[in-house]
Amino acid sequence: MRFIFAGFGGQGVMLMGQILAYAGMIEGKNVTWMPSYGPEMRGGTANCTVVVSDGPVASPVVDKAEVVVAMNIPSMIKFQDFLTENGFFFLNKSVIDREPDRKDGIKIYKLECNEIADKLGNLKVANMVMLGAVIGATKIVSKESVFKALEKKLTGKKAELIEINKLAIEEGMKKVSEQ
Amino acid sequence: MEKVMVKGTEAIGEAAIRAGCRHFFGYPITPQSELPEYMSKRLPEVGGVFLQTESEVATVNMLYGAACTGTRVMTSTSSPGFSLMMEGVSYMACAQLPAVFVNVVRGGPGLGDIQPAQGDYWQATKGGGHGDYKLIVLAPSTVQEAVDLTVLAFDLADKYRTPTLILADGLLGQMMEPVTFPEFRDLSTLPDHSSWAMTGAKDREPHIITSFDIDPYILEKMNLELVEKYKEIEKNEVRWEEFMTEDAEIVITAFGTVARIAKSVVEMARKDGIKVGLFRPITVWPYPYEPLKKLTEKVDLFFDVEMNMGQMLEDVKLAIGDKKPVAFYSRMGGVVPTPTEIYEALKKEIGRRV
Repeated sequence: MRFIFAGFGGQGVMLMGQILAYAGMIEGKNVTWMPSYGPEMRGGTANCTVVVSDGPVASPVVDKAEVVVAMNIPSMIKFQDFLTENGFFFLNKSVIDREPDRKDGIKIYKLECNEIADKLGNLKVANMVMLGAVIGATKIVSKESVFKALEKKLTGKKAELIEINKLAIEEGMKKVSEQ
Repeated sequence: MEKVMVKGTEAIGEAAIRAGCRHFFGYPITPQSELPEYMSKRLPEVGGVFLQTESEVATVNMLYGAACTGTRVMTSTSSPGFSLMMEGVSYMACAQLPAVFVNVVRGGPGLGDIQPAQGDYWQATKGGGHGDYKLIVLAPSTVQEAVDLTVLAFDLADKYRTPTLILADGLLGQMMEPVTFPEFRDLSTLPDHSSWAMTGAKDREPHIITSFDIDPYILEKMNLELVEKYKEIEKNEVRWEEFMTEDAEIVITAFGTVARIAKSVVEMARKDGIKVGLFRPITVWPYPYEPLKKLTEKVDLFFDVEMNMGQMLEDVKLAIGDKKPVAFYSRMGGVVPTPTEIYEALKKEIGRRV
């Protein structure tokens, strides 16, 4: 399964992809994580591509994706045509106040990631709310694997953020199951 | 060993340390600065030396000096930085000094950009610096292979007393993938260099390491020694991968990152019933001419894909000659071709020929 995570620099889209890839690795799957990089990352848009597969991953570069996660409007516009038939389109409703042009033959999920994260006590976990929705809807990896990935990734001083990240994942899973 | 997720650049750094590298000299340049950064943190932990130099010219000459002592040394850079090192690389090849260079290639020529490219193939495989010399050039296409080839690069550099190059690109350097690292090499098991290295000449004849002789007949002898060595490397060290070539009617030739993307193209074509395979050189010098030539017996069309103006294409044509047609597709300037666009180009090429 191919994933594109996209948003503004600072929204945590790189980490979202890394946690998913890590969780895939924990489950024994083959994974790649590929960032967009360059000067455009500062204050501009950022995106990463993740491939999770039972077999070996050939190209880490994708021009089609089963899952597109857009955390802002430019990302929604830029990546909507990457979606395959029956693909999953996740939109951060807190930032995206309009409809995508691409609507037919795909599954659209809208989450108010920022508000949900804010209610949990930290706006920065909006990305994990979204990741919770992604794994909840696609079932690509289990919640437990994502938790393990968080524990691996958030070490040292960041370890105190593990709990709220887990809460955010659970909240995202809950919200998506209601849609 | 447990699998870990790491960036390509960091994977090369950790692999080098495990291979016994204890000296790193380097100057930052995008898209590989994570590698020196990683070494600056890790080398002091294992009793090694990290030194950020004032320039790439200084880097390569520090490498020359350290390699003279027989220790495992390394540097990494990106395209313009490697150009600056060329004089020193030529000196090291002539002086027969083992060292590992990493070039994480970016868009060029000139200052270019910082996105992935393969435009340094000629520089890597056909010279780059002055004079008659060759580098062993390894072109990984996955992060795990970058780890494995880094270890191999040190072993080959020692075995043949020659500078060895890892030819990567920005995409491989920046992407993350699970890898398994080898165990740490016991430094006491590293090859014995006492017959030539600068280790202090007390109670023995001094060693001479030089890339110079004023007498042409003596210099020619040095040249011939290199020629013999390169023949030996060509005989022993050719490496390549074939993917679904057994029944292939069309074979894509590609190296590094592009070869990996091309694997997806092979899978797409096979789904449509088109018999496509992939031929991927792992050593781009010595080049796998013979195994590629062998494929001409059953393949109708070769399709070379690169991120340059057609540099490896010359070697592909050398291998294939006029036996079979060779088509070519490329993107440049840091643009990475997608699987679909390569597949579309391939289908167009097939259409032209039926």
